[in-house]
Amino acid sequence: MNKLIYLDNAATTRVLPDISAAMSPYSEELFGNPASAYTFSGNINCKVDEARRVIADFIGAGPKEIFFTGGGSESDNWALKGLAFSLRDRGRHIITSKIEHHAVLHTCEFLEKIGYDITYLDVDSNGFISLDRLEKAIRPDTILISIMFANNEIGTIEPVKEIGRIAHEHGVLFHTDAVQAYGHVKIDVNDMNIDLLSVSGHKINGPKGIGFLYIRSGIRIEPLIHGGSQERGLRGGTTNVPGIIGLAKATEIAGAGLADRADYEIGLRDRLIERIEKEIPYVLLNGDRRQRLPNNVSFCFRFIEGESLLILLDENGICASSGSACTSGSLDPSHVLLAIGRPHEIAHGSLRLTLSDETTKEDIDYTVDSLKKIITRLREMSPLYEDFIRKQEAAS
Amino acid sequence: MSQVTEYSEKVMDHFKNPRNVGEIENPAGVGTVGNAVCGDIMRMYLDIDDKGVIRDARFKTFGCGAAIATSSMATELVRGKTVQEALEVTNKAVMEALDGLPPVKIHCSLLAEQAIHAALWDYAQKNNIKIEGLKPPVNDINETKEFYEMGGK
Repeated sequence: MNKLIYLDNAATTRVLPDISAAMSPYSEELFGNPASAYTFSGNINCKVDEARRVIADFIGAGPKEIFFTGGGSESDNWALKGLAFSLRDRGRHIITSKIEHHAVLHTCEFLEKIGYDITYLDVDSNGFISLDRLEKAIRPDTILISIMFANNEIGTIEPVKEIGRIAHEHGVLFHTDAVQAYGHVKIDVNDMNIDLLSVSGHKINGPKGIGFLYIRSGIRIEPLIHGGSQERGLRGGTTNVPGIIGLAKATEIAGAGLADRADYEIGLRDRLIERIEKEIPYVLLNGDRRQRLPNNVSFCFRFIEGESLLILLDENGICASSGSACTSGSLDPSHVLLAIGRPHEIAHGSLRLTLSDETTKEDIDYTVDSLKKIITRLREMSPLYEDFIRKQEAAS
Repeated sequence: MSQVTEYSEKVMDHFKNPRNVGEIENPAGVGTVGNAVCGDIMRMYLDIDDKGVIRDARFKTFGCGAAIATSSMATELVRGKTVQEALEVTNKAVMEALDGLPPVKIHCSLLAEQAIHAALWDYAQKNNIKIEGLKPPVNDINETKEFYEMGGK
């Protein structure tokens, strides 16, 4: 194994040196608790305020609408549970989709257990929810619509602005999990009618364990983490200063290069998709071709199983992920692939490759060349492929 | 969970360099077990001579690293054995020969045992003989009692 080809940037990303450098003074030197009274801490508090403003500006929000959390999952949990509790006298119905991240889906399942009613919208074969069905699902007791900005497995970008418009026409709040979209596509919470938005730092070259929830001012929400008066009394816990500084720096860097980086990644993404479709038979692209995250490539390779594929890619120095049951630790393949209509046996053969601006054309070509060899090898071993070829021969 | 670190060296070896992959033309017995929905299918081919000795065993498997490794090990273990001896190649024997499997992968070893049995059953049917202790194969491993006992659902 020579070079590491990291194509799992939707799982996590590396912290860039500039971001580490921005964070490092806040551990050993400027370690003070920003809530303390003395000047030493007060100065640190100013830095946190600055960071909050950078982030707010990036999504067109106000600094008082940004609430730091421990990451994307906490933000999703807070948005759903916090509103379910604060609005419980108004209604107990929430609308979401079948392809949400587990941080949303499992939270919804929990809310169902304690008496809430959840509608899980279907998606079409490209992963889009139907705006028509969304509107029809709204009831007088609907308190929240939670639909992800972009899907983490198949990269499809949902019609967020339209979803928000429909929500607001019916007086319903709109939350979106933007963990995969933030820093990759332009987000404006006002233009896109977003009331709450979840973000995680480590998906955009920031540190792990930090994220935020944008909450439009005027919305009443119960805290998820009760405690001190941090985050305007809505999220207890000593302020994660290095994390916040890192998240702001990551936002600054991602924001400044957003368009160029997207162009670069889309070029590589489409080259990867094109080569796979041209050079490997019996493959299915998952997700929409155009309304797609710049860095996401997702395929199902028929007649093979994803874990075998991942281990052999690993042997070639390539890091990737799969939605097969064996890689999820459960017996069912990815709920997202099933929701877009992939049969179980095809969903087991899925592969997700997520690029970064550090990925090169050479990396892409090496990956396709490796994939071709590995897929051929696994298909030669596969009884499903054998049966398929026999049937084809019999038919011709 | 990282698959690469949870598998023993032997599992990785049999996955990366599987023994006896392929088919046998006109096999004495062939059996397919597993279920594509669950992501594992094993097909075992046996060549058995007049004295009831397994001369060759080949396999094809759709599945994870453990499924491929257990198939490979199962073919190695039954080669050269008599039909009766092959019946004693249990899932436990396959697992031990591989220096163990992660708990979630134990069902793969059961699949290997079932594949041997299915191929032997086919051999017995074709030759109209009865093999002591051999039960008809189950097509769907996930419906067997053993699968549930191993924590499958």
